[in-house]
Amino acid sequence: MIVEIGHFALALALGVAVVQALVPLWGVARHDRALAGVGSAAAVTCFLLVALSFGALVASYARSDFSVENVVANSHSTQPLIYKFTSVWGNHEGSMLLWVLILTLFGALVAMSRRSLPVRLRAGTLAAQGMVTVAFLAFTLLTSNPFRRMLPAPPEGQDLNPILQDLGLAIHPPLLYVGYVGFSITYAFAVAALIDGRIDAVWARAVRPWTLLAWVFLTLGIAMGSYWAYYELGWGGWWFWDPVENASLMPWLAGTALIHSTVVMEKRDSLKVWTILLAILTFSLSLLGTFIVRSGVLTSVHSFASDPSRGLFILGILIFFVGGSLALFAWRAPLLRQGGLFAPVSREGALVVNNVFIATACATVFIGTLYPLVLEMVTGDKISVGPPFFNATFIPVLVPLLLVLPLGQSLAWKRGDLLGAAQRNAMAFGIAIVVALAAIALTRGGPVLAPLGIGLGVFLVAGAAFDLGERIVARASGWPAMLSRAKGLPRSTWGAAFAHAGVGLSVIGIAAAAWSTEAIGVLKPGERLTSGRYTIVLESILPRSGPNFRAEVARFQIFSGNRELGPLEAGKRVYTARAMPTTEAGIHTDGLSQAYVALGEPQGDGAIAVRLYDKPLILLIWIGAIVMAFGGALSLTDRRFRLAAPRRAAPQPVAAQPAE
Amino acid sequence: MLIWIIFAVMTGAAIFALLWPLSHGRVAALADVADATSLYRAQLGEIDRDLARRLIGPAEAEAARTEAARRLLRASGEDAGPTGETESSLRRRRASSALALSCVPLLALLVYGAYGSPGNPDQPLSARLQADPSRQDFALSLSRIETHLANNPSDAKGWSVIAPVYLRQGRYDDAASAFAAAIRHGEVNSEALAGLGEARTLAAGGVVTASARESFAEAVRLDPANARARFFLAIGKEQDGDAPAAITALRELLGMADADAPWSATVRQRLERLEAETAGRAITSLAPVDQQAAIRAMVDGLAERLKVGGGTLPEWTRLIRSQTVLGDRAAALSALATARERLTDTAALAELDALAGELSLKETAP
Repeated sequence: MIVEIGHFALALALGVAVVQALVPLWGVARHDRALAGVGSAAAVTCFLLVALSFGALVASYARSDFSVENVVANSHSTQPLIYKFTSVWGNHEGSMLLWVLILTLFGALVAMSRRSLPVRLRAGTLAAQGMVTVAFLAFTLLTSNPFRRMLPAPPEGQDLNPILQDLGLAIHPPLLYVGYVGFSITYAFAVAALIDGRIDAVWARAVRPWTLLAWVFLTLGIAMGSYWAYYELGWGGWWFWDPVENASLMPWLAGTALIHSTVVMEKRDSLKVWTILLAILTFSLSLLGTFIVRSGVLTSVHSFASDPSRGLFILGILIFFVGGSLALFAWRAPLLRQGGLFAPVSREGALVVNNVFIATACATVFIGTLYPLVLEMVTGDKISVGPPFFNATFIPVLVPLLLVLPLGQSLAWKRGDLLGAAQRNAMAFGIAIVVALAAIALTRGGPVLAPLGIGLGVFLVAGAAFDLGERIVARASGWPAMLSRAKGLPRSTWGAAFAHAGVGLSVIGIAAAAWSTEAIGVLKPGERLTSGRYTIVLESILPRSGPNFRAEVARFQIFSGNRELGPLEAGKRVYTARAMPTTEAGIHTDGLSQAYVALGEPQGDGAIAVRLYDKPLILLIWIGAIVMAFGGALSLTDRRFRLAAPRRAAPQPVAAQPAE
Repeated sequence: MLIWIIFAVMTGAAIFALLWPLSHGRVAALADVADATSLYRAQLGEIDRDLARRLIGPAEAEAARTEAARRLLRASGEDAGPTGETESSLRRRRASSALALSCVPLLALLVYGAYGSPGNPDQPLSARLQADPSRQDFALSLSRIETHLANNPSDAKGWSVIAPVYLRQGRYDDAASAFAAAIRHGEVNSEALAGLGEARTLAAGGVVTASARESFAEAVRLDPANARARFFLAIGKEQDGDAPAAITALRELLGMADADAPWSATVRQRLERLEAETAGRAITSLAPVDQQAAIRAMVDGLAERLKVGGGTLPEWTRLIRSQTVLGDRAAALSALATARERLTDTAALAELDALAGELSLKETAP
């Protein structure tokens, strides 16, 4: 009964979403508050229904209800409970339900944020969100129904793809989806603004926290996915320029640009056309990612649905939402009023530079991702656009951006002083040069670009720190004054500093990857293998069995020089239900560096092929991403967003502010 | 039935939630003037703070203030739109209510009706496993035993239960290893050994391999009356080209069987085929004259056997046909007559009539 209730709730949600898409829009057009109010009620109802439905599917998985086709295809009764839960979204149908759940969750959040959103904007946004919800609910119900029954029920399920049987599946997709789908709300904001014709600083302020929220989750989701690929796929890489990874990178880049352009729009009421376009493009790129992953256009770990009819449906959704919103944009954008002015050299100008570079970077990824797909479709030729292309296009675009980043963040609004900004960053630049030179001296004969990359990363971190420091220290005397200045600094300033420092940390981690070393050997127990700073000694190879897999585990002792770091295990598993092998890399974390051991094939005479990597400073890549996300979250708690209670609040009395 | 009541309640609650704001919504215009003015006021304050923090120059701050003030004026001057409960607003509410009332249940029923299965209860695995075993479906019981055996691989009894099931399902390799496991863990009996042999034979595509033969031999050693093992041993002899030995073995097997043993038909069939083949092979190797003689001898033998008593319709038919082909019409006619006497049921008589017509055996009127 639970299954059927969940199914019916999903069908009911479709009807409610149709009402959500139509009625508030009419209310906005006719200035009718009662009709607009239906949008909020519908959004909350829709969320509750989808949540009920999702709960029903989770219950079916937890109870191994093999009368549900989806449960049969993706779970097994011997799975540990945690993987029974995560199996829910480890497949096409279930992940679509998660997608819709998050879509409606954002709708409900917008509906409930009564204080921070203008009513007309809220109604319009909910209507646009309702349309997206209708499309995806229909897609889920009609082509990817997770509640399809299978009778008679088979005695056992087919188990989940072993690569997905990992804690990563519990974390990576939900984070990523909150990011992807979160950008649907900025899209809905843009559509609502275009329909209503009011696009101004109010809009920018309203949309900014939602953009930040989505961006924070997308950042964490991508970082988590990258780390998961790093330790699960067993070849020690953390980014492969795989089309599916690019599909998540593109909305992230566009979203990053959007975060920066909304700042200008909020402050100066300018860059409106561009910001609206970015809001539309960001979600369009999310949709494109969905299309690439689920249409069967390509095969990868992620492409669990390769049904052409589904691809066609998503293509229809893509064309309707992207084409429709761009048409609306083309019609409405020329009507926008001119905003405030600013000089080329100013904080605003720097943010425009940021947008130009990031948009270009996004375009290179777009071309590198889609060109091979389109070429294959048109001519049938298979070409592979791999790291060389992206290294040659993406990095040259990003490096200048990162070089001017610290300058931009220390420029004044409206009209800045480039020389002053340069002077303020001279210290950070000096530190960066010293570090880079030290790196060159220490690793003589190594890769040339790596020390420069390290220097760039240090420049970013130091620049962010000095920028904060200067604002706290300037003109202040004594600790109490400095502390009060630090407290008085807006959270968004802290957030920006952290996010930029996070970028720096990631850059350091990426640059240091150039020093990573790899060694391959065939070891018998007692033999050793050395790579870079690390040496491993194979102790024994033993069989082991888990709840739904058998494993062969190799035990090593790991040494750094003569210092013993402890035991390390690496393994290969065979999951019995699908007879599929996976590698379980053995990773030893040593400060910020890692030693990475992956097992190859056994050689018959008791020996086994082993690969050992020395990955210096690799953890910084993901730590940087987490720091970035932390900065975004910090910015999200800024006073502006907490106190944007428009109807009740009196304007903040200026005199009451502490002198910062 | 209950499920439809739940569906109705869910639908009702959803529609109620949608209609609520329509009945309780305040009659107010929908304009964001307040939002805009408060934002720009706040922005004016922010410019002062930025100025104090030297984030903006004094001249620029002045310009920014002018911009914000201009926007503030424009926002507060904007038209708030029509207000008040009017005829058309009532009509709009009714239309919206109608949409909610029709669209929500209709869409839900349409989609759920197309894809849902309201009659099917949940079947969580634990409930299925706890259900009365006699009512459990076969596949589930099988998987239950398999799970049990995976955890207790030395349960010989379990292996000997599951092995014949595999054999019937055509999973010969699984059956072979299950029988082997049962034997290894102490279930050493003639039945298990014969089963192991059969599984090995069938896994090898019906060839009685050396290892299968060992098992069968062991089974016969433990229980000389094991018909299955003896049968397969006979087949093995036949496959080795030793047809006479196979025939002997099968005859022995038939001889020791009760007449109504379920397998005796199979054995007899096999035996007859083997005999016919052997005879056929023997005949074709003779000279034409001798062939004729040999065939006649066979037919006479059959006639002799049938005269004594018994005989089925196919046997009689074969005899009559053969005699006709050999040109011995008198014998054929007499055989036909005897057959009519012996086979009394109407279907058989009709067959014989048809046969007589086909061979144009004219009988003297009775």
